[in-house]
Amino acid sequence: MRRRDSRIGGRDRQGREGVLARLRSLFASRSGQHDAPPPRRNRAQFNLRGRLKLVVGTLGLCAVALVGRAVDLQLIDNAFYQKKADARILREIPIPTSRGMITDRNGEPLAVSTPVASLWANPQELSKYPDRLPELAKATDLPLDYLTRYVSQRADKEFMYIPRHRRISPGAARRILALNIPGVFSQREYRRFYPQGEAMAHILGFTNIDDEGQEGVELAFDTWLRGKPGAEKVIRDRRGRIVENVDLVRAAEPGKDLTLSIDRRIQYLTYRELKHALLESGASSASAVVLDINTGEVLAMANLPSFNPNAVESGQRESHRNRAVTDLIEPGSTMKPLTVAAALEAGVVTPNTLIDTNPGWMPNGRYRTTDTSNHGVLTVTGVITKSSNVGVSKIVAKLGDQDFYEFLRRFGYGQSTESGFPGEAAGLFPPPSRWSGTTKQTMSYGYGISVTPLQIAHAYAALANGGKMIEPTFVKGQPQETRQVLDPKIAHEVMKMMQTVTEPGGTAKDAAILGYHVAGKTGTARIASGGGYSRRYAAFFAGVVPVDNPRFSMAVVVMDPDPSRRGYYGGRVAGPVFHNVMEGSLRLMDVPPDDIETWLAAQAKAQAKKGLGMGDSGLGKAKPALHPVPNPQSPVPATPQGGAP
Amino acid sequence: MTRFIVAVLVLANIVTAIGVVNARHQHRQLFVQLTKLEHARDELNIDFGRLQLEQATWAEANRIDQIARTRLGMKFPETADIVVIRP
Repeated sequence: MRRRDSRIGGRDRQGREGVLARLRSLFASRSGQHDAPPPRRNRAQFNLRGRLKLVVGTLGLCAVALVGRAVDLQLIDNAFYQKKADARILREIPIPTSRGMITDRNGEPLAVSTPVASLWANPQELSKYPDRLPELAKATDLPLDYLTRYVSQRADKEFMYIPRHRRISPGAARRILALNIPGVFSQREYRRFYPQGEAMAHILGFTNIDDEGQEGVELAFDTWLRGKPGAEKVIRDRRGRIVENVDLVRAAEPGKDLTLSIDRRIQYLTYRELKHALLESGASSASAVVLDINTGEVLAMANLPSFNPNAVESGQRESHRNRAVTDLIEPGSTMKPLTVAAALEAGVVTPNTLIDTNPGWMPNGRYRTTDTSNHGVLTVTGVITKSSNVGVSKIVAKLGDQDFYEFLRRFGYGQSTESGFPGEAAGLFPPPSRWSGTTKQTMSYGYGISVTPLQIAHAYAALANGGKMIEPTFVKGQPQETRQVLDPKIAHEVMKMMQTVTEPGGTAKDAAILGYHVAGKTGTARIASGGGYSRRYAAFFAGVVPVDNPRFSMAVVVMDPDPSRRGYYGGRVAGPVFHNVMEGSLRLMDVPPDDIETWLAAQAKAQAKKGLGMGDSGLGKAKPALHPVPNPQSPVPATPQGGAP
Repeated sequence: MTRFIVAVLVLANIVTAIGVVNARHQHRQLFVQLTKLEHARDELNIDFGRLQLEQATWAEANRIDQIARTRLGMKFPETADIVVIRP
């Protein structure tokens, strides 16, 4: 209104005069009906009341119109402008939330999300202050011309990440924000850290930059781990600062924590020993799996080569594979206990049936099935002890194709273990209809069939568990599906046969553990390549411990060891890994020894040796150490044998 | 009588109107408080996570192994060092 007045005031006088004259003539014509006096003099006779009424009426009408419009806008048709106003000041902003933590079975963190800052800028605003750019360039350590170009290219946008400043430490972000450069902001994001590094890399997998699981457990349990970002309504001012929080639209739901069945210590031990074996044998890759026999839980699973999950981009794609569940290998001689179990179940042999393996080889189609040497006449137990290919070939010959096939199927060969691990392979196990004449014979000692290391450990766990198959799992404390696949009595017989493997005369004395009976089986298989078998080998050891009341089942596979170093036999290459890991695990899990006699004998022997070594000084005192009498009060230092506490 | 009812209704209207304003005000205040507390909780959680991460990093098996062997001179007991006591 004021503006209009002033505009009228600013017009020339003539214009105003003209308007007045016209008004006057209007009133004049009206009053003229009452025989009015000349216009100039009848000013006093104006009908003042009438005029006032007119003015008031007009203004009143205007006011009513305004009020009416106001009522219309504010009460009746208010939605439109309300929406417009809200769109300008109200914003629904997301509340970021963190991904759940992954812990091992004892609650030790294996994957933790911590907040990091991502710097971003509003180029529209930033480009208005070109004089501040050098400051920003210096603080962010970016070349000035690059940054200038980067900003000007996006000058019409409202959002850009500042290059190379996504997911930086909150402290560094705070320093840059402290410069108060207009249009530069920071947003909170979460980054995943894996404190165990390489040792756990394959099981855990990793997440991408948007915090979505990409591999391993991170992928398999993505929906469980991932949080639901919330939303809140805020009022923002012109510069985008939050003035007031108005309402909570959706509360943020942080991701749920996940407790794995993995034991961090056993996992590390497995990884370390595997790495050691890899370096020592010059192998190209290796995998190992440790299962808890009673629950089916995976206690450890390690692969080499590994990668650093904290810097995934730098690693080789090849090393990301969890070979223990994705890679297929021919199981070689680790198959023999299953073949024998199938024969025992069918009743075609007993543990003491004699098998003639002379002359150490037998025909196998156009080829030969050979043993490392001629073992002569063996019992079925002896076939396992000496790992005779000819022996199992003769045993399996007494079995029907379908019986053999169905038996191995029951032990999970040729089908996924349902562990839920992404990319798990089912294995290759053709049905008898696709077998050729010699297939059964080669399968009996582990060729012509492909399995994963997890499947081997799983099958051995079932043998040790009285023939009960329990689905392997990576999550702690989940009841698993159990199937009885073999008569407990037969399972026990096979265990006793496998026990001879690690005893004197067996193929894996390196895998024997003092104080415990170990049941296992070595394997050495040629690696198939280009339609035949190369001179490259895969060394296996699969075993369970202890034989009475079994606790752990472990499968070790070392691929392509350098024969010139430690040889390529499973017992020599993979056996020590089994020994070292299991010895440590038995101690860590407080498993009581089931073979205390051997331990005592070994101790007596060691004491005797020590006593002899001591010569004159300690010979007489060597014996009491076996039954030490603790005497804490005694000021005399402990005997040189030093066993007493 | 009608007047009285109208008066009561008008009064009630005013009272409820003030009540609405008051409730709205309280809601905002409480919401601000809630946001503040949630923020504090998140910060504490984050701190906790960070400390756990730090602890896990310090407790990394490889590191402990190295320190135990080199700095503390520890080793695994050998067969000869272990004494079996019959119960």
